[in-house]
Amino acid sequence: MGSTGEGLGRRDLIKRSAALGLITVPTMSFLSACASGGEDGSTKGPDKAAVTKENPFGVAKGGKLDVVVFKGGFGDDYAKAWEAAFDKKWGTTSSHLGTQEITGKLQTRFNGGTPPDVVDDSGAQKIKLDVLAKAGQLADLAPVLDAPSLDDPSKKVRDTLIAGTVEQGMQGGKFVALNYVYTVFGLWYSGKLFKEKGWTAPKTWDEFLDVCKKAKDAGLGGLAHQGKYPYYINVVIMDLIAKKGGLEAMKAIDNLEPNAFEGNAAALAAVEAVYEVVEKDLLMPGTNGLTHTESQTAWNQYKAAFIPSGSWLENEQLKQTPDDFDMQFLPVPLLADSKLPFEAIRAGAGEPFIVPEKAANKAGGLEFVRSMLSREWSTLFAQQANSLTVVKDGVDPKVKLRPGTQSAVTALKAAGDNTFNYLYPDWYSAMDTEIQDASNELMAKRIQPKEWIKRAQAAVDKAAKDPNAKNNHRS
Amino acid sequence: MSQVATSRGRVGFIAGFLVLPLALYLTFVIWPYIQTFGYSFTNWSGQSPTFGFIGLDNYTALMKDEVFLGALWHNLLLLVFVPTLTILLALFFAFMVNAGGRSGAGGVRGVRGSAFYKIVYFFPQVLSLAILAVLFGAVYRSDEGGLLNGFLIGLGLVDPAHPVEWLNEPNLVLWCLLLVVVWHGVGFYLVLFSAAMQSVPKDIYEAALLDGAGRAQTFVKVTLPLLWDSVQTSAVYLGIAAMDMFVLVSTMTSGSFGGGPDHHSEVMATVLMRNFLYFGKSGYACAMGVVMLVLTMILSVVTLRATRRERIEF
Repeated sequence: MGSTGEGLGRRDLIKRSAALGLITVPTMSFLSACASGGEDGSTKGPDKAAVTKENPFGVAKGGKLDVVVFKGGFGDDYAKAWEAAFDKKWGTTSSHLGTQEITGKLQTRFNGGTPPDVVDDSGAQKIKLDVLAKAGQLADLAPVLDAPSLDDPSKKVRDTLIAGTVEQGMQGGKFVALNYVYTVFGLWYSGKLFKEKGWTAPKTWDEFLDVCKKAKDAGLGGLAHQGKYPYYINVVIMDLIAKKGGLEAMKAIDNLEPNAFEGNAAALAAVEAVYEVVEKDLLMPGTNGLTHTESQTAWNQYKAAFIPSGSWLENEQLKQTPDDFDMQFLPVPLLADSKLPFEAIRAGAGEPFIVPEKAANKAGGLEFVRSMLSREWSTLFAQQANSLTVVKDGVDPKVKLRPGTQSAVTALKAAGDNTFNYLYPDWYSAMDTEIQDASNELMAKRIQPKEWIKRAQAAVDKAAKDPNAKNNHRS
Repeated sequence: MSQVATSRGRVGFIAGFLVLPLALYLTFVIWPYIQTFGYSFTNWSGQSPTFGFIGLDNYTALMKDEVFLGALWHNLLLLVFVPTLTILLALFFAFMVNAGGRSGAGGVRGVRGSAFYKIVYFFPQVLSLAILAVLFGAVYRSDEGGLLNGFLIGLGLVDPAHPVEWLNEPNLVLWCLLLVVVWHGVGFYLVLFSAAMQSVPKDIYEAALLDGAGRAQTFVKVTLPLLWDSVQTSAVYLGIAAMDMFVLVSTMTSGSFGGGPDHHSEVMATVLMRNFLYFGKSGYACAMGVVMLVLTMILSVVTLRATRRERIEF
């Protein structure tokens, strides 16, 4: 032993291997995320009972049911209530997981071929439906639609749903996701604030700007938006496009047409209208950098007149909303020469429930989805989560609604058949993200409306190059 | 003969101890690495066990991906600034705390209250990155409720109607994040350098003092050379932190998995995660992972080579 003759001193060796270890550890946490488990080997043969009219999928009595739901704005008490009801009827033992980390908990299970039987695939960490569908992981839910309704066996489930539900759940021409919660989108304001200040709810964009100006004169912001998540301001932009240009303009975007934005006068008018709010300095100060909770809470504190959101807003802000706030829904106001009336609103089903193709108890999963579409379970949901479902007339009239939800229901009634809904966010994640990035730049005054149009069209063109885009088409 | 035998016996002895950790390392580190290499040549979506082999397509696409190249540039910027700033500050503070005091009768010591400073500087290190993100979210908040904005508005430097949107300003966002990392890291390296400084014999300092060296001279001519080993290791470690940055960027900036506004704070890890989990392009994301790995390896080799110096034994 001794220091002579050794190329590498002991201390050197230890130090270097420590340094190498330091490199490998952090890199590894990413790389190991890439590694999938073993291949999908054994397909379990689930017990099946005979298929009857009461039991259209052949659910075996006394089996197991594995339910995973997103535990977000709606909580997960509703799901526990459902599972209890399901277990009682079918003698099953259901396991429940309410989580925000859908991807974290389920990605390996999908890859390993052992997914749960029913999943509410929602929230920021949902597994994107287009991705799951392309990978063939989603069961076709058409059999549920064609099964008899639990409320009235002479009717098919399909006929008990609000129009558009089926379309919203299509991926590549197959009905794979039941979007269960019915949501309306638009602007929101405080009835109390408006009454106090003597403002009236605007119906045209000019009136809207006028209220914003009055708000600014009164020392508060006109429009607040959830700047860190440009998703919300996109609601305003996209609604303006659909209302000005009609359903054709909306479909052109969903169908990735080469003139979806570029050369579409309605799109340019809509973006310019939103940009006017920025240019005239009518935004709530600092709103571009705030998270959804920060800006919504500021709005609850009467720091701005309007905020865009879906009808989950009331439930989400339950604690922050003053008792006399009187939350009210407002359809996005009209631009001149719009093709759709003021009452037209974006309304659609959200909170997609899926049954994995490789579920161990697929029949149980399908039956669970069918039960969700009964009036009994729909009412359970309305009671527990304070929101509406896609079941037509699916809530007992006894359930009393809060002012915001009530105003959304009224708006929905006024809209009648004039509801519309974009599908591209579900179909093309990357395109949605790129348009959101452009909107973020627009609101910060870093790009002009024309540049926004260029970038949005580029996003559309890029999505159109994906060979899978051919499977998605709406008419 | 005996030399060979002892060396052979030693190898067996060492190997015996290494079998278990090596097996774990192979299973949980090396095997995923190899898998990642494999996946990087496929169009795997990340949600299914089926995929097709597409050769080097992912890598050629990567070279043209402006978002990824921008992220790479940001990582390189951070790579330069995070270690430099953190180490310089930590060295300065460590020196002041340990040897920067006025030489009294007792010879070398730190500035007054140095024990207290040592503890205070270490505080940020005990916070997890998730807490840091929340904390600095409140500091950088874009309306008058933010700490920085509130302060600047109070001083009359910022118009309350147009507060600075720190994390939504393309030219500021990366530097705001850099500041968080440096703030977080200085305390730890201060303690590390302090420990190294304390192992330097006092007589060397005293000799330097007797020869009439001032603080600056003592630092440059005595402290730094004796601390070189620690500085070198710190540089590698901080460099790796700069190549990562995932937690802070993804939680503090806008965009899915962060990176906003408009990709101005994007780092490789956030682009990787977005492609892996959100866009269903996991094969492509694995190619990014491989690029990250290669770059980090090059970085560590270069750092260790470039900073190799003669060791001073004491």
